Amino acid sequence: MSVQHVPLGRLRTPFYERMVKLDTLNTWHEWKGYSTPDALYCAETEYFAIRNATAVFDLSPMTKYRITGPDSLAYLNRLVTRDMAKVKPGRVAYAVWCDDLGQVLDDGTIFHLREGEYRLCSQERHYDWLITSAIGFDVTVTEETADIAGLAVQGPTSYSVLSAMGLDGLGELKVFGLMHFDFEGTELMVSRTGFTGDLGYELWITADKAEALWDALFAAGQIFGIRAIGVHALEMSRVEAGYLAAYQDFLPAKATVRNGRTRSPLELGLEWLVDFKKPNFNGRRALAEEKRRGSTWRLVKLDIEGNKAAHHSYIYEKSKNNRKEIGFITSAVWSPICKQNIAIGTVKMPHGAPGSTVWVEIYYQREMHWNRAMAKAIVVDKPFWFPPRRSATPPGPY
Amino acid sequence: MKTYDAIIIGAGHNGLTTAAFLAKAGLDVVCLEKNEYIGGATVSREMYKGWLYSSCSYVCSLLRPEIYRALELHKHGLQVTPFGGSCQFMENGDYFGSYHDPEEAYREMARFSRRDADAYERYSADTMRQCRLVRDNLLRTAPDPTSFKPKDLMGLAELGLKFMDMGEDAMYETIRFWTMSVAEYLDQYFETDVIKTTKSGSGIIGTALGVYSPGTAYVLLHHYMGDVDGNVGTWGVARGGMGAIADSIAGALQTYGGELRAKAGVEKIIVKNGRATGVALESGEEISARLVVSAIDVKQTFLDRMDKSDLPEDFYNRVVNFKIRGSSGKVNIALDGMPTFPAIPKGSTLYHGDMHFIDSMERMERAFDDWKAGTWSKDPYIDMLIPTLTDPTMAPPGKHFMSCFVQYCPYQIDGRAWTEPEREAFGQTVIDQIANYSPDFKSLILHYEVRTPEDIENQIGITEGNIFHGELTMDQLLFNRPVPGYAQYRSPVSGLYMCGSSTHPGGGVMSAPGANAAREILADLRRTNTVPENFGDD
Repeated sequence: MSVQHVPLGRLRTPFYERMVKLDTLNTWHEWKGYSTPDALYCAETEYFAIRNATAVFDLSPMTKYRITGPDSLAYLNRLVTRDMAKVKPGRVAYAVWCDDLGQVLDDGTIFHLREGEYRLCSQERHYDWLITSAIGFDVTVTEETADIAGLAVQGPTSYSVLSAMGLDGLGELKVFGLMHFDFEGTELMVSRTGFTGDLGYELWITADKAEALWDALFAAGQIFGIRAIGVHALEMSRVEAGYLAAYQDFLPAKATVRNGRTRSPLELGLEWLVDFKKPNFNGRRALAEEKRRGSTWRLVKLDIEGNKAAHHSYIYEKSKNNRKEIGFITSAVWSPICKQNIAIGTVKMPHGAPGSTVWVEIYYQREMHWNRAMAKAIVVDKPFWFPPRRSATPPGPY
Repeated sequence: MKTYDAIIIGAGHNGLTTAAFLAKAGLDVVCLEKNEYIGGATVSREMYKGWLYSSCSYVCSLLRPEIYRALELHKHGLQVTPFGGSCQFMENGDYFGSYHDPEEAYREMARFSRRDADAYERYSADTMRQCRLVRDNLLRTAPDPTSFKPKDLMGLAELGLKFMDMGEDAMYETIRFWTMSVAEYLDQYFETDVIKTTKSGSGIIGTALGVYSPGTAYVLLHHYMGDVDGNVGTWGVARGGMGAIADSIAGALQTYGGELRAKAGVEKIIVKNGRATGVALESGEEISARLVVSAIDVKQTFLDRMDKSDLPEDFYNRVVNFKIRGSSGKVNIALDGMPTFPAIPKGSTLYHGDMHFIDSMERMERAFDDWKAGTWSKDPYIDMLIPTLTDPTMAPPGKHFMSCFVQYCPYQIDGRAWTEPEREAFGQTVIDQIANYSPDFKSLILHYEVRTPEDIENQIGITEGNIFHGELTMDQLLFNRPVPGYAQYRSPVSGLYMCGSSTHPGGGVMSAPGANAAREILADLRRTNTVPENFGDD
């Protein structure tokens, strides 16, 4: 028999050749087997493309599953904690799914493409879990990660860019809505979603049309300051928007080895995603019990004094005298748009109530020497960056 | 006549380890070896001019880094280099490669089953959870659950806490894991036969059980819990062959002032007034010592080298019933060049890992059926490695050494000694199976040696040539290894200790039994402990 050997080394996304043409830094890393750029020319400039013009990020390595069949809604309602019946065709839902113990396996977005046809998109891979969960449901789960290319088009001029590209009617699309367009004879799906907390869209198309889409996008976007960006810039905007990242702000439950390292949706500030009113779903009993007796952990967004980013810092109840360690930072960044020192962390209950004060121990290096600072931090309950343009419908031209 | 502080019987890696730690504590020790070479089954010898053969053990992962460091083995020539991956050749011309890179490994699993590829993360986490429980106990004496000594109570409490700390689900899982078969364990994760087959090999290596026999899931763990530089589950080769490990420990021993005597086989352990006082050598010479420590297996120690009248009846019977069954052999081959395996791409990293030529769980089980019927597997599980691709010192440049571990191979054929034609036929079975996947392999063979369990027993001295000095099943582990009530390296005879692989935590080139025994002996002598603490997995 002739064997199709697997490719070794890092894979290239459908947009790789286009990104390489714009790349001046040559600094890439691995993301689910694919090469993905840290930055293409300057992370700071790329960040401001998100906040000031239009940034384009290749999210093709995101794991994608197509879920179809008569039971697809019942199946998803059993799988995730929120009520999927409320998510009509043409809408997108952010969701989490849990194991029997109510611990988060991952978060992701579920696109209701057409009646009874969904796409689940997440950072981690879940085919094993999805297939096992499908027993007893008349559904088909198809892995389509490599077949579907994805681009995030984010920033204040993103609507203008896409309109200039000829996507008529996009102005009516609300946040978490999706529309289908024809692109050179192929279906282009556009969703008003993103990981930046700004006005923005995500474009999804079959891999063979990826380069043509990129070319059309950049041709239209030239006068609107379009820029391709890498992961660093996206990460800054992601923390500003208060979004969570798997393996950073939580661990997928099935991949943890040590007891107590997982988190429930309640412990991640995602209680709004848990609908106890709908019938049984994975983790329901455990989550109901947790709601009764209280959670162990709480996710906190912190506004930290000073300007030294609090990477990997411990969080304390008090700054001195009998200080008690209550948690740690999981994501931290200096926010250029808010001029704030911001972070996401996890603290033991009952600490970290919104509005309360905690202390963060920051280590920072200046010319080889290490310094330590105890910085005061306020727990905030809203995203750090949440501009009106994010949800304005129709979006302004900016 | 000189009286040593301690005599250690057997210069395998455990005997040398005990001797080294005792010498480091200032004891006057001598380590006695029956062969003219040291190392026991941790040995590399020039069996063909210009070639060093790792005749018995052939890869290294379990050797405790704490011991490596404490004995400064790097100063005595030891270098362990990790090698990546493995490859399972299939009858239909395909293969399943286990790549070192996680994404390449994922892609290869997904080539057979996307679901299996995704399930691997869960399998890894679940197996690692069990691993951590066991790893923590390697450099500790197994606590005795019937004892009220503070040390045992503490040990049990620690074990209990560690167990409780795993979380509810993992606690249930642990009990299942320790008793189930490796096949059933793998069925919980994977659907592809060849993927399960690849992972099941570790569950039966050195064990007279099949992949569907209860207890084999634990054996898998025994091969998974080692590490090279903290990379748990990684295997490496010792530069210069496995003998480099024994030689380096011997180097440490001699640096600490200990003595090493080859060609000094022990005929008898001398017991006077219920106390071991020394040994009588096969040459007739007697050596006396305050303590005798046996690194040879528990049957060789108590059944062959002592008078039954010096041992309690129950203890004696338990030793008789301790399972040390021959189940594996070796074929070691000198090659004139590198054989090709057309199924895998030229230059593939898979060449550097171990190779297997069996692709289904049914074939694995049938291989065991042959053993049960009293003969070697006609379609065996071979763990083949060409260490010269990683270690340039074992063969002349451009030439290679191939090590084939073969499962199953009985101690005797139908209960009688092997005949020469049978040994030859066993060797040919192995060579033929490999040649099915490598057309030029046979033409490159310059020399080979066949080692049946019987040969290993005759040459190295291990009962039935069992690589673990006794099977690693739950009934023979922890406080039951080798005999309940005698799992803490002491024997019923005062002054006589055990330090070989028959004791906790068992076989493999780990040196943990040797180190643990030294710690107990030093405690009995009220000497300063020289044996390191477990690094611990945080």
